[in-house]
Amino acid sequence: MHEKTLAQLSAALRKRSVSSLELTRHFLDRIARFDAALNSFITVTAERALAQAAAADRRIAAGDATALTGIPLAHKDIFCTAQVKTSCGSRMLDNFISPYDATVVERLAAAGAVMLGKTNMDEFAMGSSNETSYYGVVHNPWNHECVPGGSSGGSAAAVAARLCSAATGTDTGGSVRQPAALSGITGLKPTYGRVSRYGMIAFASSLDQAGTLTRTAEDAALLLEAMAGLDARDSTSLDAAVPEYSQHVGTRWENVTIGVPDNFFDKGLDDGIATAIHAALGEYEKLGATLQRIRLDNVHLSVPAYYVVAPAEASSNLSRFDGVRFGYRADDALRGDLDSFYKRNRGAGFGAEVKRRILTGTYVLSAGYFDAYYLQAQKVRRLISDDFARAFADVDVIAGPTTPTPAFRIGQKTGDPIAMYLNDIYTIGANLAGLPALSIPCGFVDGLPVGLQLTGSHLSEPQLLKIAHHFQRATDWHSRMPPAYA
Amino acid sequence: MTLDVEHIQKLADLARLEISAGEVRDVSAKLTAIVGLVDQLAAVATAGIAPMAHPLNQTQRLRADVVTEGDEHERYQSNAPLVERGLYLVPKVIE
Repeated sequence: MHEKTLAQLSAALRKRSVSSLELTRHFLDRIARFDAALNSFITVTAERALAQAAAADRRIAAGDATALTGIPLAHKDIFCTAQVKTSCGSRMLDNFISPYDATVVERLAAAGAVMLGKTNMDEFAMGSSNETSYYGVVHNPWNHECVPGGSSGGSAAAVAARLCSAATGTDTGGSVRQPAALSGITGLKPTYGRVSRYGMIAFASSLDQAGTLTRTAEDAALLLEAMAGLDARDSTSLDAAVPEYSQHVGTRWENVTIGVPDNFFDKGLDDGIATAIHAALGEYEKLGATLQRIRLDNVHLSVPAYYVVAPAEASSNLSRFDGVRFGYRADDALRGDLDSFYKRNRGAGFGAEVKRRILTGTYVLSAGYFDAYYLQAQKVRRLISDDFARAFADVDVIAGPTTPTPAFRIGQKTGDPIAMYLNDIYTIGANLAGLPALSIPCGFVDGLPVGLQLTGSHLSEPQLLKIAHHFQRATDWHSRMPPAYA
Repeated sequence: MTLDVEHIQKLADLARLEISAGEVRDVSAKLTAIVGLVDQLAAVATAGIAPMAHPLNQTQRLRADVVTEGDEHERYQSNAPLVERGLYLVPKVIE
């Protein structure tokens, strides 16, 4: 059953050739059997899942099902889930039981989806390898000595190993697309504001967006349809109608022009990845698309601009974690003055990468540096965004590699933050510009998956998903399974 | 620019973060590398470019100024490490 896509399982549930209880038990069994080796879940909510599955079966029997009713999925542990631990991968929130559901969680539950549990992630979503998690590294299902990518590494590994049919994730600089690429699955980051951020623990509020980790673009369309839309509780959520993405993916396509940025193939790109990306672009030409060379001249500035904007916003957002109202409190709590009390709670509650980013943010926002760093980064952000806008005057979608290399070895980059940050060199631009982008599997290098990234203009998810779906109809990279988990 | 140990301790004070003696050298080396990375921005010509704060250039929606939430302090305080008579406990602030 686990080899089927979400769309196939949805059809099977509604034909009643399988029940949600059977499906949920099957995935819970797989988690019990395999996750000791992967570490992709922080919390498994078996009892709640079985109750939701029974309710879904009743709903299906009553003829009141949506496409997601009875589908077992997992949430990244950044989404608040009422009465369930919501850790954000941090010691700081190891004891936090959310009093409410995130909008994403609420909407998927209302559609009848079953929550299997909460997935592992880099601490506060800060990382590209899942190695900064308080709960330990997640292993890549294709090679246990490699990272699955991050920060939605647990979601990516769980979907790749078929421990759930789909999972949610969040993407601030590539945290859905990069792990999707490294783990061999489909990862979608929608337009900024498309999905509500309410109840999604904030990292960098002008960049954060909820996304999906699925087997196929068609599955992503089904999930996004249920997740997206205006939410009064998030003042940045977009007031734009939600298209029926899943009805759109299979429609005929014509006259698609794909822009290929020359400077995405410069030095730093692994040869094997370049070969796989060129082959994928060749496949698109066979499908009738026109390729057009473009330039995104300021894209090399996206990593430095990001590492001003994101830490600045993070240092502000993470100031709420003080160990007073919730979260980690050092044992000897009430001694000393208030400042030293805050410092002890935060010093012990946060891990090394989170502290580095808070300090970087504090530095770029401090008196005398604000204009030189923060304001300058916001101006560069506009230059990068303008490059994309110019490109979309000529092309429908931009294609290139999602990552410069395939999955790297656990521990290989933990000593060098700059090397780690450069993993996101191709993905950060879409966050700075607020654009929708996705990664789809398009080949292998030494047994490790390669991701093709497609980026579209604002709110072009219907077209983006369709272009991805047509590739997946013509190829079978997305249906390859890691041998140990078949 | 080098962010030396003293500078790191000052930033850590501003951010209310305890950085132990054992970790401060590593933090100094890594932050210096990160600042080196972002210093590339200084060379970019941005005269006349408006700073971009929101990717879709939107302003925030306002809502009616009405009470929408009830009093749920007991539920919310169940996550607090230390509470007494509905109050969060912290070290003595006023002598």
